[in-house]
Order: sequence, then C-alpha cells, then structure tokens
Amino acid sequence: MPKRDDIKSVLVIGSGPIIIGQACEFDYSGTQACRVLREEGLRVILVNSNPATIMTDPEFADATYVEPLTADVVAKVVQRERPDALLPTLGGQTALNVAVELHEAGVLDTYGVELIGAGVDSIRMAEDRTAFSRAMDEIGLDTAASARATTVAEARAFADRSGFPLLVRSSFTLGGAGSGIVRDRDTFERAVREGLTASPIGEIQLDESLLGWKEFELEVMRDARDNCVVVCTMENLDAMGVHTGDSITVAPAQTLSDVEFQTMRDAAFAVLRKIGVATGGANVQFAVDPAGGRMTVVEMNPRVSRSSALASKATGFPIAKIAALLAVGYTLDEIPNDITAQTLAAFEPSIDYVVTKIPRFAFEKFPGADHELGTRMRSVGEVMAIGRTFTESLGKALRSLEAGDGGLLGRTAATDDEELAQLLVTPTDHRLSDADAALTRGWEPARVARLTGYDPWFVDQLLQVVELRRALRACETLANADDRLLRRAKRAGFSDATLAVLLGADEVAVRRHRGRRGVTPVFKTVDTCAAEFAADTPYHYSTYEEETEVRPSDREKVVILGSGPNRIGQGIEFDYCCVHAVYALRDAGYETVMVNCNPETVSTDYDTADRLYFEPLTLEDVLAVWEAETAAGGAPLGVLVQLGGQTPLRLARDLEANGVPILGTPPAAIDLAEDRGRFCAVLDGLGIAQPPGGIARSLDEALAVAARIGFPVLVRPSYVLGGRAMEIVYTAERMRAWLDRNAGEGAVLVDRFLERAVEVDVDAVYDGRELFVGGVLEHIEEAGIHSGDSACVIPPYTLGRAQLRQLREYTEAIAAALGTRGLINIQYAVRDDLISVIEANPRASRTVPFISKATGVPLAKVAARVMVGATLAGLREEGLVPARDAVTGPPLPHVAVKEAVLPFDRFPGADTRLGPEMRSTGEVMGIDTDFGVAFAKSQAGTGQMVLPTKGTVFCSIANRDKRAMIFPVKRLAELGFDVLATEGTAETLRRAGVRAEVVAKVSEAPAGVATVVDRIVAGDVDLVLNTPMGGSGPRTDGDAIRTAAVSHGVPCITTLSGILAAIQGVEALRANAVGVRSLQSYHRALARQ
Amino acid sequence: MTAPDAVLVLEDGTAFRGEGFGAGGTAHGEVVFNTALTGYQEVLTDPSYHRQIVTMTTPHQGNYGVTPADAESGRVQASGLVVRSVSRTFSSHRATGGLPEALTGAGVVGITEVDTRRLVRHVRSAGAMRAAVSTEVLDADALLAEVLRAPGTDGADLTAEVTAGAAYDLPADGHARHRVVAYDFGMKRSILRLLAASGCAVRVVPAGTPAEDVLALEPDGVFLSNGPGDPAAVRHGVAAIQRLLEHRVPTFGICLGHQLLARAVGASTYKLRFGHRGANQPVRDEATRAVEITSHNHGFAVDAATIPADGPFGTVAQSHVNLNDGVNEGLRCDDVPAFSVQYHPEAAPGPHDARHLFGRFTALMAAGA
Repeated sequence: MPKRDDIKSVLVIGSGPIIIGQACEFDYSGTQACRVLREEGLRVILVNSNPATIMTDPEFADATYVEPLTADVVAKVVQRERPDALLPTLGGQTALNVAVELHEAGVLDTYGVELIGAGVDSIRMAEDRTAFSRAMDEIGLDTAASARATTVAEARAFADRSGFPLLVRSSFTLGGAGSGIVRDRDTFERAVREGLTASPIGEIQLDESLLGWKEFELEVMRDARDNCVVVCTMENLDAMGVHTGDSITVAPAQTLSDVEFQTMRDAAFAVLRKIGVATGGANVQFAVDPAGGRMTVVEMNPRVSRSSALASKATGFPIAKIAALLAVGYTLDEIPNDITAQTLAAFEPSIDYVVTKIPRFAFEKFPGADHELGTRMRSVGEVMAIGRTFTESLGKALRSLEAGDGGLLGRTAATDDEELAQLLVTPTDHRLSDADAALTRGWEPARVARLTGYDPWFVDQLLQVVELRRALRACETLANADDRLLRRAKRAGFSDATLAVLLGADEVAVRRHRGRRGVTPVFKTVDTCAAEFAADTPYHYSTYEEETEVRPSDREKVVILGSGPNRIGQGIEFDYCCVHAVYALRDAGYETVMVNCNPETVSTDYDTADRLYFEPLTLEDVLAVWEAETAAGGAPLGVLVQLGGQTPLRLARDLEANGVPILGTPPAAIDLAEDRGRFCAVLDGLGIAQPPGGIARSLDEALAVAARIGFPVLVRPSYVLGGRAMEIVYTAERMRAWLDRNAGEGAVLVDRFLERAVEVDVDAVYDGRELFVGGVLEHIEEAGIHSGDSACVIPPYTLGRAQLRQLREYTEAIAAALGTRGLINIQYAVRDDLISVIEANPRASRTVPFISKATGVPLAKVAARVMVGATLAGLREEGLVPARDAVTGPPLPHVAVKEAVLPFDRFPGADTRLGPEMRSTGEVMGIDTDFGVAFAKSQAGTGQMVLPTKGTVFCSIANRDKRAMIFPVKRLAELGFDVLATEGTAETLRRAGVRAEVVAKVSEAPAGVATVVDRIVAGDVDLVLNTPMGGSGPRTDGDAIRTAAVSHGVPCITTLSGILAAIQGVEALRANAVGVRSLQSYHRALARQ
Repeated sequence: MTAPDAVLVLEDGTAFRGEGFGAGGTAHGEVVFNTALTGYQEVLTDPSYHRQIVTMTTPHQGNYGVTPADAESGRVQASGLVVRSVSRTFSSHRATGGLPEALTGAGVVGITEVDTRRLVRHVRSAGAMRAAVSTEVLDADALLAEVLRAPGTDGADLTAEVTAGAAYDLPADGHARHRVVAYDFGMKRSILRLLAASGCAVRVVPAGTPAEDVLALEPDGVFLSNGPGDPAAVRHGVAAIQRLLEHRVPTFGICLGHQLLARAVGASTYKLRFGHRGANQPVRDEATRAVEITSHNHGFAVDAATIPADGPFGTVAQSHVNLNDGVNEGLRCDDVPAFSVQYHPEAAPGPHDARHLFGRFTALMAAGA
C-alpha cells in the first residue's frame, strides 16, 4: 500500500521535558519521525516544550512550536496550522494524553484532524487496566487478577479476596508514579491513598502480584495490511516487581525455548490486533512463572517507548522511523532496510551478539530517599553495551555506567551472611554486586537464584565471572597470567581497570601487556541479520575475536565522544551539542565518528554520524576505537571532548598522553580553569574579581578559609559537574558535618557566598582571535541555586548595556587567557556594580541548546567548526555566524525563559529545597514577546508548577524579604486571590493594607488546629510563596510546606525574584495573552533585524 | 575450564579454533549456518540437516536445555554443531537435560568459543562447503586433507538415509476427516502433528515407495515432506509425484517436497550459495500480498524462471516469493490439485505465520472429494 495521498500535513507531539520515565528516547524517536515525514514531502508541525532536543531544531519541522504540552495550547497550534493528521505515538504517554484530551474537547473533530498511528479507543484500552484485562480475557490470554478502585473501601474489598502481596497502580500516570507493591495490610491504605492522589482521574488498579516471575518484553510492529513483526525480544534480569526501566535488561531473551517464544509472539500479535494498534510500534510485556510456565500479559503500550529505543539500538531496526512511515500508509514490505540496503523492513532482526542495558540511578542526589526498587521507576538514565556474550556485554555495560567499580569485584556492603541474604532478596541498584559477592563467598548458585529471582542461567553466567576472577587473582602478577587466561577474561567483559586490580598492576601496564601479547579487540557490525547479508552501515562494537569489520576510509575523520548515560547534571543538552558537532562537521566534509553508550540518544542513531561505535566511554575503549580507525585509513584528525560534558573531558588528558590529538581547547587549558589556585592567578592578572575563597584539604584548613572570608561560604569538591555535594554553609558545625559526609572527595573549594546577587551565565565561542557571545542568561533565582535548577531568562532583564559590555570584555579576556578554542561558559555573580566570576568552563554548557533555540544561532555547530580550525570570520562568511553577537547586536525582540523540572515526586522523604547541588532532570522553554507570558509558559511547560489564575495564595516569607514582597502580594490580592499567611508575614501584610488569613505553622500549631500543611493537603491552597529562612536545618517548617506542595502538585516559589516573575505570569494568564508562535517565525523576525 | 581443544576446517583451508563439547572425535559434513534466535534442538533433530555441520549465529546455545517434546525426529541429525558459547548449565521447567549431554549421547561433535560471525561471513561469500570439526585431529592441514577426501553431498540422494524403514500410521486428532499418505523424505514430527491436528489420518511411507502402492491406498491427499540433499538426485520421488498428479491426487509439498513437485511439473532446481536457514525470512503471498515471517531450511531452490506456464501438468505459477532475495518460495498449480512451499509452515523452530497452509491442504482435499 503506498503512502496515503490524503495526508499533506502532520502534527507531531513531543514528550516535553526530561523527567524520570520519559527521557531523550523520545527525542530520538521524534527526530527520526520528523525527518522521514519531511523526506516524504509532508508538512510537519511539531509541538514540544523541551528546547534541548534535536527534534525542536527548526530544520526538522516546517513549523516548530516550543510551547507547553497542554491540551489548550496544542489546540491553539491546531487552530493555527490546521494539520490533516495528528501523530501521537512518538511522544510518550504525554503525547497520547494530549491527543486524548484534544479528542475529548472536540478539537480534532472541529478542525478535521485525523488521529493516525493509534486511535483514542486503543489508547484508552491500553491504559485502562480493567478494560485491558477484559480485552485479554476475550482473546483467551491470561492476566493477573485485578480490580479497579476509586475509594479505599473498594480497594480493601479486593485485598480481602486476593490477599498479599499485591500491586497498587495509579491510572493514567507516567513511569509508574503512584504505584507500588504492598506486602501487608499495614502499608496498604497509605499506598492506596497515594495512588488515588497521583492519578489524574482519581483511580487505582489493584493486581495480583506476580513477584518473582520472569519478565519479558516484545517490541512489535504492525502495518495497515496487518503484517506484524517482532523487532526484538528482551528479558529482564530483575524479575517482576521492579519497573522495567529500573531493571537490567538483556536482548535477545536468553531463557525462552522456541516453543515458549512462539507462543509469546502469537500472543503479542493478538494483543496488538485486539487493542487496535492501527499501524506502528508497540511493546507488549509478559510475565512467566518460572515453575510451571504460566504466561500472563502484563501490559502493552500502543506507541514507541524507551524499550523501543533500546530495541532499535540493539537491533539496528529504526522503530520510530518505520512507525512514522507506516502511519502515513506504507506497508513493511515497501520500506527498505537501511542497514543492509538490499532487504526490506518486513522481517525480524536476527542478532548475533548480546545486548545488556543497565539503568543509572541518582540516589546520591536525594539523601533520605529509600534505595529499594519497585514498580515506580526512579533511574535517571541508562547505558547499553554490546558484546558477543552476556558476560562481555554485562562487563562493558558496567564500565559504561561511570559509577561503582566499573566491573564486578565481589564487593558488597553486607558484613555477614544474614545481611547479604537480605540484600539479595531486596531489589536495589547494587543487587547485582551483592549476588556476585555471594557467589564469590561460595554460595550455591541455586540459592543465589532463589533469593534474587535471577534466572539460574544468568546466575551461572555470573559464576563464570567469579571463577575467572579467582583464576586471575591466583596469578598474583600480570606476568603470571598467560595469554589464554587474559583473552578469556577480556572475552568475558573484564576491563583493563578490573584486571589491574586483580593482577596488582596498573591499567596502563595491563593495556601495554595486552598489546604486546596480541590480546586486542576487533570490531564487529550491528547488521540486523546476523551477517546473512552484507551490511552497508558502519555501526560497530568491540569484542575479542578474530576478524574486524571496520572498512577503510581515506577521508579526513573526526572522532566525537558522547556524554554517556543521562544523569542529573549531564543529560540531553550534551547529546544535543555532540549531534550538532556531527552535523556541522559532516556538512564541512569531514567523516564523523561517534562513540557513545547511551541507547536513548540521537547521537547513537546509526544514521547520525558516518560511523557509530556503541562503546563505553573509558580510556581503554576509546583508545581501541582510535586504533581501529587509525588502522582503517589513517589516524583521524583528532577527538572532540568538550561537547559531551564531564564524561569525555575526564578522558582528555589521558587520551592526549596516549598520542591522541584533542581538538579545540587543550586539556591543559581545561585544567587551568579547574585548578583553583592557578585560575585565581589568571583572574588577578586580568584584574577581574571573584568571590574570595580558598582550597582546603582538611576541616582545619576549611575553617581557616571560612574565618578569613567570613560565613556564609559555598563548599564543593573540585572537579564536579551538576554541583554534586555543593552546599551553602553558614556555621562551623555545618562545615564539619559537610566534610564528614563528603570525606574522600579530595580537595575542597571554599568560597564566600554572595548573598542576594544576580547570577548570570555567558555562553560564547572563542577562536583565538575573537569572541562570539551566544547569549547572556540571567537567573531568576538568586545566586546560590545551581544554574541547572534555576529558571533563567534571555535576554537578561535587569542588566544594563554597560554591564553587558563589561561581561563581554571579561569573557573575552578569560577565554583568551585560558587558551580557549571553542565553547566557554562563565558564571558571574552581579551585585550592585560589582561583577565577579564564580567559575569558568571552557566546554559546552547545559544552556547551549536553549540559547540556540532562543537566538537561532547554532552555537555548538560554530564551536565544532572552530575546534577543527575554522575562524569566526570565516564562518560569518558562510552564514553560520551572524554579523553581531548577543551583546554587540540589537536586543532580542522576544523573551525566552528556561525552567527546570524536578523529580521530587519520585523521592518521597528527600528534601525539596533548591540549593547549589543540581537535582533537576530536565528543562522547558517558554517563549513570547512578553516576559510574563514567557514565564507563565515556562511554568506550564513543566507540568508541575502551572500558575493559577485565581484561588488562594499562601505566603511565608523570611524576614529579610518581607519588605520586598508587600507589593507583589498586594497585586495578587488585587487580582482576586485570597491570601493565607503565617503570623509574622500576615502582620506585615496587614500593615500594608493586605487582608490575610493567619494559618498556623507546623511547628507551633496546638493539637487539633489545622496547619498550613493540612490546608495544602486538603487542597485549599493554589500557590505557595515561601522563601527559606536560611541556615536552618533540613526539617523545618519550610521543608514541610514545600514537601506538601510538591507532593500535591501546588506550585511553590521559593525566591523573591521568582515571586515577582510569577506575578507577571499570573497577570499574563488572566489577560488571556497566551498565544502560540513557531520558532521559525521568531527566527525570521531576528533575521530581519 | 578443561574443555578439549577443537578445530573446524573448511575445504578451502579456512580454519577456526575453539573448544570441543558433546562427543569427541571427528565429524564431516557440509558447513551451513542458521540465524534463528531460538530452537537449537528443533534444528539439530531436523532430518534436513543430515550430514551438515550447523553453525548457530545466536551466540549462547543450550540455555534452556533439551526436552523430548521439542525433538523433530528420533535423534540428532546434524553431524556437528558450531557455536560461540555453549551453556554448561540450562534453565527451564520444560528441560529434561542439557545440550552438551544430548550431543554426547548422540555421538555428535560440538565446537564452542568459535568466531562464528567470521565463519558466517566467510560462508556467505564463499558458499556452503565441505568441512570437518575435530577434537582429535588438531592440525588444520591434516584435517583439511581428511575433508578433501570426504564425499560431498551435491548430487547425492540422502533421503534413503533418513526415511522411515517401514510405513506406519498416525491417527488424526479427534475425528479423521482425511486420509493422507505422507512421503517421508526426512520428515519433521511437527508436520505430522499439524496434519493430525488438521483432521488427517496419516500413513507415513518410506521415500522409495512406488506411486502405485500409494494409489492403492486410495488416499484423499498426498503430502511430500522436507528432507536433506539435492532434489535432482531424488528421481524416484519425482517419478512417483508425476504418477500421482496424473491421477489428480491432491498434493501438498514442503521444502524438499516442494522442490520435487517443481521438478515433477517441469521446473528445475539449483543450489543456492549458502541457502536460507533461519526463522526470520519474509515471504510474500503473491495472491494476497500478505507478508509472512517464516522458518527456512534449504540449500537448494526452484528456479522461478523455469516454472512452466504451460507444461505437462498445465499452468504452474510462483505463488510465494522471498522478499530478501527474490528466491522462489512456493508453487501454485492451476490444472492439477497441488501446491507447495519452499519454507516451513510447521515452523519448529520459527513463527507460526504460515500454519494456515495446512488448512489450504485440507480444503484442497475437501474440494477433490
């Protein structure tokens, strides 16, 4: 069936900000879809609030709306663009939900927009657990016993029938929010209440627990002619009970016989047909009882998902791209297989390797949060590794994580067997290590399998690693380990770093020894067909075998190192920069070579770079790629390390030491910027101020520095990204406590904290001759809150021309003094007329994509070209760089606000106060010609802090802020808000003529009196204004208020400047001034300036 | 970790080193590869793999053990097995034993820790060829000399080596609606099971059974099974089929049965460079345009260009085609009640997409009754 000719334009909905459970996999899928639909000649209209995505680059759609993903805003886009069809299956659950709302509001009917890919009934049936169970029953498939409840009493009735444990799941939520396993009656009612609250429709699903059953996922596709294929089978190492996003996942499934697999395959197709996935991709999850083989259907998603991104990378079958083509009418046998270039998409990939995915967690960011994993997803990223065996792919995945030991070493936190047994039973982020430790202690594999729920086959694989490790340790030295044993260890995924530990050598010695003995890797190809056909696409992975498949090339090559697994502080923004570098260098005629291990990203799409190496970002693995490329047509020009965040930067010096040229800013310059003492000297030499501070290696030294400069001080370990462990410390006792918690971090930086200063980020490119300022961002929150968590605005709204010019001068001077070639990001604190430098980073920053979206200047592309030797003057001639920059040119005719999205709802118990340690997972952009509207859009875009237009505002303001907040609160009262305040705040307001109802603080309320927290929980409060008192302990009134607000979805603003911005936003919303406009239109207006 | 060394040598001298498992010794055969992700037991016990050394491209083999329920014949048929990593343990509630033990019991040599991808890429370009795997002759040159002395299978009728010694009966599941005679050229048990499940009472007859003996049974239909070797060598089978077609007996052929039917109606067959062996081959039904993902195991194929539009049995046409390489996958006879497919609708291992063809056979018999 050829393409439908009745569809000329398609609206694609993205997934919005990166949140836990919905990450950059949807940028990957959306980018694929937009590109292929445009290639098909369709007009593509895109809505996505996330500026850090590749899909929102203006060239990927005809009209790109960086607007909040709410039904009313998308309705405005529909009204303006009049698309023929809406494709909702590529933007996660967010897009499906918006599509359903648009349908329900009658918008799709009114404007004659056809939903393609999946219909409303299918979306509903897949999400509504009861309807789904009934549908499965009708086609003879088994599901766990279940019931739906909207009240605690209904839930209790089910529990009485089915017993414990059972599963509570909130309806219509993402990534399992409001869901969990309940093992006993004591915790049951609380879980039920939480689930009911989390569900937008106040409903929960109760299920018979399949705890301990094996979990499988099938990625399937269906076309309009009802042809169905299975793209990939996946098996979770962690049994049922752990969210699949938090499980270690293996592809293909390893423990299913053909009989069982084919039964599952038949069932998956039956599910697709029953739910009615018209065309496209879906995933179906199954649970299998290991004892008797009973198979039940767990769930299905009628859309592409995180799993389909993984499956695409694992097999080379581009699910999202093909789903988009199927949605517009093609059938599978009409679509070519890009990888082989000679076969078609109508087939099922066969893979001759093993893929392992391991989630990456961020519990260290949320002290107080429980590490136990359950049905609520909490990982913030993932890595994937490819090996020819399970152990090889597992070893490579472990070192890709950049966390833990980088390989299994038999380590556990358990001190005795009883404790170890308990750890094996409890699913956590470290259970694999605990299992490895138990086997190392000689526990029976069957016992380990029983306790962990890991299939015995996987446990035996782990045991093989344990046995090899034992043999290696027995050698004692590198010289004693014979080549056969070394090769065996490398084939089982042992890293050089692990071998170094086991053989008492250092990593360099291990690598040299291997090289001399010929124990070196070869590179194989991901080809969708297990080598049955020749592969056209160079998508490679390393292994220790006999034949390498890297094809020679005589073009000039550049290696780009990606940013590894998403984590807080290093996410999609860096992948965006890497992908832009690929595009820019490819356009300039270079052959691009990408190395990365994150399956969610655009950078690891096989058709992003000319060559893709899906490899860990460690020195060992990157050097192996370098050597393979050198052997295939000569050494590349060099490696780009400054675009992928800290991951590639950490490797820069060692790569250089191994003779690999680092392109752009040299590692020495990066060190100079990060070395506190030397950087101070640079600033002193330039006559540029910075907050007084010093470096300390002990408590005494730290206190001495603090005594010299005065409290409050900002303390942080040196060499960190995302402000990890950074804190503002007000007293000596807190300094001691901080050092206790962060022992072993090495040198510590202690700086004077500039209270009440405005923080500014400058992102610029320096080519050795001149500077181009991409943007000056003013933070809405004051200095002291991590820039990644702070809302910020471009152009800066309180700085004058003179200050901007001064910032530009400073930036140019620092860039030159450091020896920058490429991007530089400098954070400044501006208080009154004093500008001081907080830090300088000669590398890509998190704000680069936001600036590019706001200004239309492709900063990362410019930087990539500069790094390989182009000049800004030359790029200006090419048209890549405008004549004047963000300071020298005219001011932007519009305003863009970036707001952070925080994951506190996933970490009950963790402190929600913002501070110098970054904790946001993603960002959104609000753009408009009016600041208030742009701010309101940025808040709406987060989906967490939607500003109210009426209702009740609660105020509790620190004394230092009380005077400044009178007028804003008065304004809210004028707009018709009722005001609720703590006693002191109410008193101040009353004196200014604002009527405020007094509500009791948590700590002061007599028994029986409703506190502010009670009022928030009761739903009486629509907006919380609460500035922290400063220097107080973690469990204060403020924390209780903020926690209650976050968990009940009430917007909570914690800074004075944030309050001012919010009020402008509320005014804009009340004036109904929120319109929509495409990025292309904003950029055209800029070009006319 | 004390597995014996083993070596695999191809007749062009290419050698692969690994470790032995299963039985020790030396095994000869044609080296082929199969890309199915699951189903090693079905593959190994499929008589079509007789005198072949099978390479499985999926790295881990033996993970879920073996069970009599999944055997496609009474023994391991392949002469050798080449894998990247054989499992020393197995895990499945269905399993009754492990793969290495099953090979040991069958006297079949296995070799593991082989760069099977290199082997597949070599066979893909150089073609399937004679080979030997050995745990006793570890000198590649010495083993190569043995390979070159061993007889090849091209032009050989191997059906006699795998067919049933005598005819036997299998009742239909439930009420018998059709009486079918099945020619056993090396038939998989799954085919018999599906015939029985389709209401056929089956008499299985040896490969060399004359047509007259079959006609004397007055069957409602005749089934032509899969089997090993070169179809051109199975002349007695072709002659028998021609007699049956003259009597307009409804006929259904699979794999070798398809090739023999093709030869019987006047088409010719040829050897593919490396064959189709796997569970992911897309086949399109030219009448409905539907695509099925199918199970394959064939080294020979019907030359589509030679299918006679007007031959001794009237109009014959290509009914199915392989979307990967355009190879013929099925025949439709317009003037005699016969059809056949090159691939395996009984799957085992592989997808069930084409099982409905057994229904097409019973419909053909019903129409002929």
